This record gives sequence, C-alpha cells and structure tokens, in this order.
Amino acid sequence: MSLEFLTYIFIVTSFAMYIAIAFWSRAATTHDFYVAGGGVTPLANGMATAADWMSAASFISLAGVISLSGYDASGYVMGWTGGYVLLALLLAPYLRKFGKFTVPDFVGDRYYSNVARVVAVICVLFISFTYISGQMRGTGIVFSRFLQVEIDTGIMIGMGVVFFYAVLGGMKGITYTQVAQYCVMIFAFNVPALFLTFTMTGHLLPQTGLGATLDSGVYVLDHLDGLVEELGFASFTEGSKSSVDMFFITAALMFGTAGLPHVIVRFFTVPRVRDARISAAWAIAFIAVLYTSIPAVAAFGRINLIETVNGVDGKGTFYEDMPNWFQKWENAGLVAWYDHNGDGRLQYAAGGAFTGKDERPDFWDVPDDPVSRSIYSNTRPVMNPSDGTFDAQQQPFANELFVDPDIMVLANPEVAGLPNWVVALVAAGAMAAALSTAAGLLLVIATAVSHDLIKKTLRPQITDLQELTVARVAAMLGVLLAGYLGMNPPGYVAAVVAMAFGLACASFFPAIIMGIFYQRMNKYGAISGMLIGLGSTLAYIVYFKFMGGSADQWLFGISPEGFGAMGMLLNFLVAYIVAHLTPPPPLAIQRMVQDIRVPRNQGSAYY
Amino acid sequence: MQQQDLAQRYWHRNLQIIILYLSIWFLVSFGAGILFVDQLNQYQLFGYKIGYWFANQGSILSFCLLTIAYSWRMNRLDNEFDVHE
Repeated sequence: MSLEFLTYIFIVTSFAMYIAIAFWSRAATTHDFYVAGGGVTPLANGMATAADWMSAASFISLAGVISLSGYDASGYVMGWTGGYVLLALLLAPYLRKFGKFTVPDFVGDRYYSNVARVVAVICVLFISFTYISGQMRGTGIVFSRFLQVEIDTGIMIGMGVVFFYAVLGGMKGITYTQVAQYCVMIFAFNVPALFLTFTMTGHLLPQTGLGATLDSGVYVLDHLDGLVEELGFASFTEGSKSSVDMFFITAALMFGTAGLPHVIVRFFTVPRVRDARISAAWAIAFIAVLYTSIPAVAAFGRINLIETVNGVDGKGTFYEDMPNWFQKWENAGLVAWYDHNGDGRLQYAAGGAFTGKDERPDFWDVPDDPVSRSIYSNTRPVMNPSDGTFDAQQQPFANELFVDPDIMVLANPEVAGLPNWVVALVAAGAMAAALSTAAGLLLVIATAVSHDLIKKTLRPQITDLQELTVARVAAMLGVLLAGYLGMNPPGYVAAVVAMAFGLACASFFPAIIMGIFYQRMNKYGAISGMLIGLGSTLAYIVYFKFMGGSADQWLFGISPEGFGAMGMLLNFLVAYIVAHLTPPPPLAIQRMVQDIRVPRNQGSAYY
Repeated sequence: MQQQDLAQRYWHRNLQIIILYLSIWFLVSFGAGILFVDQLNQYQLFGYKIGYWFANQGSILSFCLLTIAYSWRMNRLDNEFDVHE
C-alpha cells in the first residue's frame, strides 16, 4: 500500500474515533461544558492534561531544536516540565477547592472586583489566541507534508474536526478525546524512537540509550561532541548562552506553564482536592514519557544527519548518493543545499549556507519543462547563498546545508529505514498533538467569553441553557478566528509564542499565588501588580522583537524570552507595596482564603 | 476556635512540606542544570556528563518523583488532621 493511502487511513480512522468519543460524551449542561461535570478520574485527567499541554511544538519541533542547539535548548525541557511541580504544589489543589469554572473566576472572586476579572479575561484571550493559531498552523503543515494538500485546506479540515467535537462535547467531550489523542501521540513518537535507539545502541529505551555506547564502544554523547566540535559547532553538551539568560528563560517557561489557563482549568474537572494532586502527578509522569525520549531522538538524529551528509570519510556525499528522504524533504522546503565549493558533494558544518533572516533558503521555482528539469535535476536551486567563507582553523569546509529543526522528527522513520505504516503513524500523532491542544485552548476561549464576560459581567440574568448556547457560539467564532490566524499567521510566530509565556508568567501566576498564600493581598495590590507585570513584559518584548532593540541593550543580559520572569518579580514587588498602603480585603474574602487552604468544607460564611 | 487552630497547624505543616519540596525542585533544575552545570560536567556517570544529565533527564525524573511524593504526603496529612473530603 502506498504511503499516502496508509496516511489517509490512519488520519481518517483517528478523526472518526475522536468524533465518536465526543458524540458519546457530549455536554448537556454548562457544568458538563466547562468542567466535564467535575467527575473525571485522576488518571484520565492526567492523560488529558498531558495531551492538552503537549502541542505540535513539543511533538514536531522540540527534538529538532535540541538536536541543532544541544544544551542551550535544555531550558525548554526543564521549563515545560518543571512548571508541573509548581502546579501540583502551589495551584491545583487550592483552585480545585475554590471549585468554580475558570481562571478569571478565581481572580474576579478573590479580588472582589470585576475590573480584575476583565483584566484576566483579556489576558486569557490574548494568550489562548496566540497559542491556538500556532496549533492550527501546525495541523495545516502536517496535512501539507504528509498528504500534499495546501496548508490552508489542511487548516480547514482541522478546524472542522475541532469545531465538531469541542462545540458539541465541551470539556466533557475534549477530555475523553484527549485521552485517546495522548495514546496515539505517545505511541507515534516512541515507536520510531525505540527503533532508532535499538539500531544505534542496542538499548531498548531511548531514555537509557542516550547514555549508552555506539558499536564503536564510544558513548553516544562523547561521539556527538567530537563530531560537532570537529565541524566548528559549539559542544553539544555544553552551552554558549550565559547562565543568567538561561536561568531567566527557564524560569519564564516554568512559571508561564503554571500560569497557562488551559492547563489550570483541567484541574477543575476532578471530584476532590486529593484527586487534583494525584492527577498533577499523573500528568507530569505522562509528559515525562515523551520529554525524556526527546533528548535521545535529538542526539541520534544529529549523529545520523552528520554521518549521512558528510559520509564515513568526512568528505561529503554526492547528491546522487543521498538517501531518498533528502530529496523528498528538499521538495517540502525543509532541507536545502548550495554547492559552495563546487565539488558536487554535500557538506555540513557550522555557519549559515544561506543569507538573510534565520538563514532560510529562498527557493527558485524551476519551470516545468524537460529542459529546465534536466538542468536542475541536481537539487532545488536557491537564490540566496551565503558567500561560503569559513575559518579553516575551526572546520574542514564551508557549510552547504540548511536544515529545518522539524525534520528530525518528521524524517526519523525514513532515516531509520522503518516501514511506511510508521511514517503514517507519525502523521497521525502530530495531528493528535496539534488538535488536542487546539481544542483545550478553544474551550478556554469559549468559557472566558460566555462565563466570565457575559454571565459574570454583562448579563448575569441569563439561564444556564442560554449560557450554554452562548458558549457554543463563542467556540464557533473562536474556531473561525483561530483558523483565520492560522492561515494568515503574523510574520513573527516565534516571538508571539514567547510573549504568551511571558505574559502568563508575569500576570496570572503571581495573582493566583498571592490569592492563595497571602491573605492580606487586596484588589488594589493584585490589579496594579498584574498591570505592571503585563505592561513591563509586553514593553520589553515589543521593544526587542519588533522595534529593533539590540542584544547589548538587554537588561542584565536577559533576552526577551526570559523577561517574563523579571515581570513576575516586579508584579510581586508592586503588589506587596500597594497592598500595604491600602485597606485589607473584606473579612468574607479572608475567610474564603482560609477555606480554600483546607480540603474539607468548613461551612464558612462565604458559601 | 479549636477547628480554626487545627486548620492553622495543618496549613503550617503544608507550608513546611512545600518549602522542602520546592528546595529540591530548585536544586535539581536551576541548581544542577544551570548554575552549577559547568562544575558538574567535570564528572561523568555512564555516558552522561552529570550537569547535562540533570538538565535533560535528571530534572524531569525528579519532578515526577516530587509530585508523586507530594500527593502521597499531603493525602496522608489530610487524614492525620481529619480534613479530607
């Protein structure tokens, strides 16, 4: 059976499964729609949280980023997992005890202020839309790469599926589809990873294979360090970023993770406080299954890439001798080659083979006639080659290759010589990763509008059934807007994602933490803290990402990606000072704080 | 009054546990993975430089153990103070 046919079968089957699950568990009340009726078991919630959290970026891109930048990318690994410790210890149990539907609910009630609630709604919408447009784009890219359809068509198919099961099923529907999606994606990632590990080291698990020896008896990481240093790259296992910057980036990702509304809201769906703690532990365990496998895939992928391209003699490989996958992914624009030294061989080393932004290749479309095709049979022509100079002290030749990080996961099965069904499985897994995150975000958007904005602020008199309709309409509009953003992505997707984390870190995290752990915190402190955190982080990112601020102007050497952590500190500081200059919160609120700290209901006056 | 006193003591115990666990959390990630990574990379265990291992695998493993231990510890504390649901 052809690869394309197999891919269709895998994707259509998995989509049919998601829709069937959503239909079987569709929502009948707002309680179902917002928090799945509050009856999800900790195990199922842990799995759903893991699927919710691990997006197209985790599944497709992270391994490649680590592969190409080594230790410097560790901040992502630690940041995107360490946030769950904060969630489990500092947030999940207390928010579960608080027992409402959304994050703005908590902010609005705890700070007895609709201003605080609306500030929270704005943050939620901004963070979620930023994120969901990336997921929609991810779905489109997976479609285009595996099935050769237009990205926009792929986005529309993805929109259709998410629309159906998120609008119909609400939180209840997406919880159980996410459980299925977790299984699909973890299987799809680990099958090629296990094969790759086994063929290279003889170990079964990628987690231990990374520390194993190759056939030559040399440790994987030592071998890799040797390879990359010979080619002029920095050592794989040691970084080139400053410790301060690394510290702040990791912190911003960690605290940002703990402050992301679509993750927090998952802990409202379990029945009891103890279940919230247990499901946080399940969630990090399920996430770790993928995240501990990623560094191994990254290291093996890099070794394979270097040895395939530069050949056993280290002199390069003729284009005709490259394996089939190279041309396939060259056609998809994920790899590119320019023969700087004109020897007809590909060579891979440090430095950019192309010029311009991110040194990405600017392809020239070959006219589709026999003559042109025969002239350009040797690779896709590229219009922006660099000048090909290199330091002969550092490396043996100039770099002639562009490699998109995504290739490490997408081409993995082919590089390892695995059968077609594994490739099709990876496609279905990538799709599951993108869709599960998109659905979770969509629900947060719908809830923020129907519950926090309409029900709690603008029209408190609407009935439960009306609110449910509003939520469904909001979800529909959300899908359309997200699809539009996915089709017309702002030209700075990476910068915008950094912003989502920075803002979650600088706004929500401190507001929620102080709401639980600092009884004296009042609405003046919380609101001014959120505004300062939000404002300073936004200003810093906009200045350095969009207004051309240069790296030597960074405050204490902190890059814009890491500034959210600084914004968080400012938030805490300002909130503390302002709270002490203004009256303490009302007694009822103080009692409520005491109440959420203890699992069992105390029968306090607040409820 | 007595019930409030109990809640106070429960909360203090909880805070002590949180501080202990978060210290470990900080040490394995920010400590071993970033601040002291160069010193730890001098030593190698199996095929890993120790600092690198903490940054890429050890920290995640510790996070898992920490959350499992915390949930077990707190669920027991709830029973001890009779505040469980």
